[in-house]
Amino acid sequence: VSPRPRRRSLSRSRSNVLVNGIALVAIVLSAFPVYWMFTTSFRRSIDIRSPHPQFLPVGGTLENYRSVFDNDFFWTAFGNSLKVTALTVVCALFSAFLAAIAVSRFRFKGRLSFLVMILVVQMVPAEALMISLVKVLEGWDLRNSIVGLTIAYVAFVLPFTVWTLRGFVSGVPKELEEAAMVDGSSRLRAFFTITLPLVAPGLVATSIFAFIQAWNEFTFALVIMDRPEKETLPVWLQSFNFGARGTDWGGVMAGSTVITVPVIVFFLFVHRRVASGLTAGAVKG
Amino acid sequence: MTAVLPEEVTTPGPSPSGGPRRSLFGGFGARRRRQLLPYGLLIPALVALGVGLAYPLYRLVVISTQDYGLRQQFGAPPESVGLENFGDIFGDAYFWEVLRRSLLFCLVTVVATMVVGTLTALLLGRLGRGMRTALSVSLLFAWATPALTATVVWQWIFDSRSGVANWLLTKVGFDMEGHSWLSEPLSFFSVAALIVVWMGIPFVAFTLHAAMTQIPGEVLEAAAIDGAGSWQRFRDVTWPAVKPIFVVLLALSTLWDLRVFTQIYVLQEAGGVTSETNLLGTWAYRESVAGNHFGKGAAIALVMVGITLLLTMFHLRQMFRQEEL
Repeated sequence: VSPRPRRRSLSRSRSNVLVNGIALVAIVLSAFPVYWMFTTSFRRSIDIRSPHPQFLPVGGTLENYRSVFDNDFFWTAFGNSLKVTALTVVCALFSAFLAAIAVSRFRFKGRLSFLVMILVVQMVPAEALMISLVKVLEGWDLRNSIVGLTIAYVAFVLPFTVWTLRGFVSGVPKELEEAAMVDGSSRLRAFFTITLPLVAPGLVATSIFAFIQAWNEFTFALVIMDRPEKETLPVWLQSFNFGARGTDWGGVMAGSTVITVPVIVFFLFVHRRVASGLTAGAVKG
Repeated sequence: MTAVLPEEVTTPGPSPSGGPRRSLFGGFGARRRRQLLPYGLLIPALVALGVGLAYPLYRLVVISTQDYGLRQQFGAPPESVGLENFGDIFGDAYFWEVLRRSLLFCLVTVVATMVVGTLTALLLGRLGRGMRTALSVSLLFAWATPALTATVVWQWIFDSRSGVANWLLTKVGFDMEGHSWLSEPLSFFSVAALIVVWMGIPFVAFTLHAAMTQIPGEVLEAAAIDGAGSWQRFRDVTWPAVKPIFVVLLALSTLWDLRVFTQIYVLQEAGGVTSETNLLGTWAYRESVAGNHFGKGAAIALVMVGITLLLTMFHLRQMFRQEEL
């Protein structure tokens, strides 16, 4: 290592301090709301209402969580959310996986049109479609039903799922399958023994992402599930929040934490794997 | 690279290595089946999209040409009124106000997201390992938080009585004690924009950072040795390399911020004056689902879809330049 002139290294270390300082500010700004949600959820209501906020977690209580878990509709909403999310993931993954095989393993007429359609379709704003979707589902007697909401969710999760899975399936060289077929396996068997295990991590990542989408969704759930006993967790939180009217921030933050923490944990695991599908524009995180 | 292989797969002749099964069924039928197989695989996806998306979209167009109000709610058949709903909204000064507001909100949030996102991406590249991990994790927190809970948490931060924002601003010297952020449109939209930008930055920052790490270090070093300052290096080396992905991100952010609904809706419920704070999405919702004017709501929604599709065309052109389908 050649010794650098002193002045240069001094100015470099000074700029390093500056860069790290900016980074610290950025860290605080982006993490603070989540931190604040978490710590508020463990605070007693007198501490929450005090004019001097405490930034470090002290004097914890579980009373806020008790008020969430004792809330009449929390567990119903929890159950509804689980059901609609599970159903969405299963249906979306099944149909998207088949479609992904079709577009990455075969060349056929209409393949490109299908891919372009997938890209266009995922841009249709849910916020616009909810108006007619309410009427459509009402006509089929599926408003306020898990199946009805699932129909909406599958259609909206699907483009992203197809796009990401297509990447994973194309990532497994076709030659591997063909080699197995030369050795006498049937096409189906070659697929199950060679391709499927290699695509499995991609399937898991994509399902988790579809799970997050359905779990977080608010707009459709708000208009389709308008009876209290049919609410999903986000809609439940909003009515809890609205009902509390700023008097029970501890409870509202405890509810937010219960909804958010599983999502953050899952997200930390999968965000890297699904990056290409994200830039294709399907979903905002 | 793989351009040769597909034809071998789609047109399998009776090959010598095919084994007994193949030669047994290797006639016209198997070939035909093989050609139909990809279409069969697409059926579930096409059905799901048809039922959950194409048909509701078609119905949206139909409803937008109907007088679909309270009477229809009780079973009266909707009357077709042609383009009257569109005539109504285009002739309504409030529509232009909401449209202008939506576009302005979109412009502000997109510019802020892209600028801060790009700076954050550059920052990620300059940091040492530990700080970079810390920043990445905290950005992931912001990214992963669901839109609804994020809005509720920010609502708590900006709470007029015990919110930490008012406490901090008062501490710094502004007289903000008990200030109500949501009752006045400008500060309402400031809070809403802050939430949208906070949630939007991580995706932009991570994607741009990933693109920047693709630039060979030698190129930047060579530029530095040739005497290029950091601004010059950014302008002449980094920017041209990340510009295509930047444009894609720009298009996506615009699409997302134009249709923002959850943040506005929740803040309105928490105390915003609805008529002064509506954007296209919340207005369409309040006209139709809440106000029972489905025809008018559908027309507003279709205007949204129209703007979105225009932007999507642009976005797709960029995508096609970026990626091999």
